[in-house]
Amino acid sequence: MSQRITLGPFNRVEGDLEVHLDIENNRVVSAQVNSPLYRGFEQMLLGKSPLDALVMVPRICGICSVSQSVASAGAIAALSGVKPPRNGELCRNLTLAAENLADHLSHFYLFFMPDFAREHYRFLSGHDVIAQRFMAVKGSAVNDVLPARAEFLHLMGYLAGKWPHTLSVQPGGSTRPLQAQEILRMQLILANFRRFLERTLLGCPLEVFSALDSEQALESYWKSDERLHDRADFKHFLWLSEQLDLSGKGRAYDRLLSFGAYALDNQNEFTRGIWLPGSGYQKLEISAIQEEISHSWLIGDISRSPAKGQTQPVAEKEGAYSWCKAPRLAGMVMETGAFARQVIDGHPLAENLMNNSGNNVRNRVVGRMLELARVVPLMQSWLQQIDTQAPFHHDIELPDGDGIGLTEAARGSLGHWISVRKGKLTNYQIIAPTTWNFSPRDSQLQPGPLEKALQGVNLNDDPQHIMIQHIVRSFDPCMVCTVH
Amino acid sequence: MSLLCAESPDIVTTLELMGVNLLWHPSLSEASNQEFQQLLQDILQDKISLDLLCIEGAMLQGPSGSGRFHVLGGTGLPMIDWVRQLAGKAGHTLAIGSCAAFGGFDTGQDNLTEATGLQFEGEHKGGLLGENYQGREGLSVVNISGCPVHPSWVTETLMQLVSGQASADTLDLYHRPKHYAEQLVHHGCPRNEYYEYKASAEEHGHQGCMMEHLGCLGTQAHGDCNTRLWNGEGSCTRGGYACINCTAPEFEHPKHHFQQTPKLAGIPIGLPTDMPKAWFVALASLSKAATPPRLKDNAVSEVRIIAPTVHTKKRKT
Ligand code: SF4
Ligand code: SF4
Repeated sequence: MSQRITLGPFNRVEGDLEVHLDIENNRVVSAQVNSPLYRGFEQMLLGKSPLDALVMVPRICGICSVSQSVASAGAIAALSGVKPPRNGELCRNLTLAAENLADHLSHFYLFFMPDFAREHYRFLSGHDVIAQRFMAVKGSAVNDVLPARAEFLHLMGYLAGKWPHTLSVQPGGSTRPLQAQEILRMQLILANFRRFLERTLLGCPLEVFSALDSEQALESYWKSDERLHDRADFKHFLWLSEQLDLSGKGRAYDRLLSFGAYALDNQNEFTRGIWLPGSGYQKLEISAIQEEISHSWLIGDISRSPAKGQTQPVAEKEGAYSWCKAPRLAGMVMETGAFARQVIDGHPLAENLMNNSGNNVRNRVVGRMLELARVVPLMQSWLQQIDTQAPFHHDIELPDGDGIGLTEAARGSLGHWISVRKGKLTNYQIIAPTTWNFSPRDSQLQPGPLEKALQGVNLNDDPQHIMIQHIVRSFDPCMVCTVH
Repeated sequence: MSLLCAESPDIVTTLELMGVNLLWHPSLSEASNQEFQQLLQDILQDKISLDLLCIEGAMLQGPSGSGRFHVLGGTGLPMIDWVRQLAGKAGHTLAIGSCAAFGGFDTGQDNLTEATGLQFEGEHKGGLLGENYQGREGLSVVNISGCPVHPSWVTETLMQLVSGQASADTLDLYHRPKHYAEQLVHHGCPRNEYYEYKASAEEHGHQGCMMEHLGCLGTQAHGDCNTRLWNGEGSCTRGGYACINCTAPEFEHPKHHFQQTPKLAGIPIGLPTDMPKAWFVALASLSKAATPPRLKDNAVSEVRIIAPTVHTKKRKT
């Protein structure tokens, strides 16, 4: 006989989350993930002008705000056929990267690591060091990371006026021309942030970290450091990961998706594509994306393309347990995020880890660290390429038509599908990263990625379900975006 | 999330220095699931005193008054029920952000989710807790409106409340703390000189004032965004885009496009606060006629075309 328990509310995830677990012999046999908040943005956007959407969509979320702007501006740009000037692309990339990296930092220090400081892990030798460093609110890391993050986000003061909720990201480029002295100041901010990452988080130059090319190299990176007290924070994590076998936890389907990110001169800095077990990298067919509502509190056709999407909530529905839709790619459940992005981009370390142990709790965290190490130097180079005398923005015409805007938020692939008729939006569909990752079952009864990742978790000696929490948080979920 | 950007000092240090013991924060606290539910029970059973209750997000009463659009995960109970119960115990209740204060984007039009604010629905008093609600300390809901809120608006309001300096007199008509709400976004905007001469930006990225064409409401918007600055360096108008008056109730539903100025016979409809229309029109045409070339040309350019003149002391020879 299985027993059902319900966990929630989860904090240190963005937004509202509830998880139902069916348990037999202290093992999870089945999980249902519920996004218990519905706000109706897709419904509200209908009938609005696409330019007004630029005001509304960042307000879906206080943490992926810029990525929503980038997707929306991208969809409108696609519709109008304009391409922003080069400065505009550079500024958009910088703004998006600033948000994504700040999110990676918050995730590691504020959302993810505090669980290891819990009493529950007192049995680990050296746990006092971990607790003192990472404890929620009181740990010494909090004092280091909050100022470092806030100073890094001063970049937004220049690039975006403010964060969150900017309007500087426009289909035609950026509203914020930068001046020479501002670029100097931003270079300083980036150099200082780099120093924080190198000294405090990773314990080595960023280039050394991003040159790690295999699981073995990753091991010698942290094992060569004998210190327990003063070692870099990410090395603490890798040590914990080994103690608790985190690379053996939280694996789902191992099917990865990335829309590609940071386009410049018609090329994505991080490649677009999918990765499938057995065959590895494949091209992404955007038109194969469908959203299903068989287990959602929504009515209408069971499966639709987001280009012809529909969002009609209903209070009661047989078999439904979430406000979230279930996006699928050619019927497949896909997972998205920083690690997926790095595997698909072909980073040697990410590929090697993927081949050795799949997409799991540890590897998802490694993916974020790799991005911090790889993107900061990119940002430094983008900043250098800005030509203060060249245009930042082109005015655009807004014809009727359809547009798709695809980008990558910190936590994975984000897409906006829009249609405009007589100047007004007739379709606005959003598929957010966590819509993929925390989707409910579909019409084939395939569980979503988190639901799958939780199957088989052993709950012996874990009354507070800490391992469940590690797995949930390893996805860096953003629930407010999930349903929107 | 914007609160995590608090600086000099950071939010955790700020609370510590104020002597505030943080019971729970969704992004910071350890307690999750049952631990958090236990905390809520302890508050409701008066085992723990709740002095400050900060609520974010609109109060969703739908569908059909059930509150099911927003259930507090793991509890089966709608958020609106939790907020009602907790507000009954709180010393002070604060609405953080325009959604919690006034209801947000969902309100207006069809209001599909039956959203409302804690004590206002748009401009109208009432909301979830009702016009007469007061916290244990005798104050109505304090509305730190804004979308987003500036972290210092929150920390300074908390300091006022904790040190007993807050009263009905320190709040404005919409229960916003006067310390930030009795200022205008226009104050300290670097485009002020352009404004004076009605030298206007015509497209995004132009340096001129954005009131005439690009929808800037800075002359009517209550907030200190251009004297306090965001993320150390910015504000909406410094970022090159219009102030959309996000601290005001119903800012989400202007009767025009956000980034375009509605006009009647070529004159912007929304005029600066405290300025009679005739004056404005007369002044505007006068100053337009007197606009120096530096402002006229720079206003419609992304780069500075004409620099301010350098005056030298001319000596007679
Ligand atoms: S842009 Fe807006 S805030 Fe700035 S001067 Fe013009 S009206 Fe005032
Ligand atoms: S400048 Fe205006 S829109 Fe921007 S944050 Fe301030 S009040 Fe809100």
